[in-house]
Amino acid sequence: MEDTLREYLPILIFLVIAVAMAVGMLVMSYIVVPQHPDSEKDSAYECGFEAFEDARVKFDVRFYLVAILFIVFDLEVAFLFPWAITLGKIGMFGFWSMVVFLAILTVGFIYEWKKGALEWE
Amino acid sequence: MIVQALMFYVFAAVAVAGAVMVISARNPVHSVLYLILVFFNAAGLFLLLGAEFLAMMLVIVYVGAVAVLFLFVVMMLDINTLRLREGFLQYLPTGAVVGLILLVELAMAGGGWVFASDVEELRAVPVLSEISNTEALGRVMYTDYLYPFQTAGVVLLVAMVGSIMLTLRRRPDARRQNIAAQLARHKKDTLEIKKVPSGGGI
Repeated sequence: MEDTLREYLPILIFLVIAVAMAVGMLVMSYIVVPQHPDSEKDSAYECGFEAFEDARVKFDVRFYLVAILFIVFDLEVAFLFPWAITLGKIGMFGFWSMVVFLAILTVGFIYEWKKGALEWE
Repeated sequence: MIVQALMFYVFAAVAVAGAVMVISARNPVHSVLYLILVFFNAAGLFLLLGAEFLAMMLVIVYVGAVAVLFLFVVMMLDINTLRLREGFLQYLPTGAVVGLILLVELAMAGGGWVFASDVEELRAVPVLSEISNTEALGRVMYTDYLYPFQTAGVVLLVAMVGSIMLTLRRRPDARRQNIAAQLARHKKDTLEIKKVPSGGGI
């Protein structure tokens, strides 16, 4: 328990440095730089003329489909990690249970391939 | 040990502060970004508990995929924040009552909490033994918990099929690539070589 946490010490040091750098840059730019606030400095800049429309336009729903399909296969891969580590211990039964799991998801993969969900028109 | 306790308080405090910001941020996109911060801190808490695999999955799946999905939803809905805040005071009493009921329910569930008699021994098994957390999970997930595992596969399949059914529209006017037709093309179908005499033209 203690040993595993000790392995994460470099990450902790990295986090501390990253936070210190970010906070330091913000604070220093606040202190050192001369401040002349102006509303024009904050306004949207679009090649010199006034902004035509709000940046918050509606997204196409197809991005959402790609993201969902990504999540599904992300989870599938997540299940592979413990399986790969323990493959020698869980025997043939564990191996074939994973193959069945992958087969179920392959059905979905073929379905979305044939439906054309992976194509971008 | 002291670092461990300190990190627990840091992660817990930032997680709670981030959760408060999720519901109080004016811009919904900022809310999602605060939610990502909460996910990261929850991953840190998992790590302190010794659940390495869950911590990494939280970062990969929740931060990498689910948060992106939330961002898409927020951007797709075209939320007007000013109009959302109009009825705030009107709905405040109802919301407060619902929140109070949930709080009472939580308190009752927490008050009636009893530990199972053998939980102390069970708790010590995977963490304190020689094997890592991920390996402990893998040893039981694919054999002892076969049914939940296969059910997870079916649930993922349903999610895949459902999202395709709901969102996929074929556009009749869109030009699509037909790879088979491309590969079947021959040089002689499309290309014709003509000898052009100089000064003659075709």
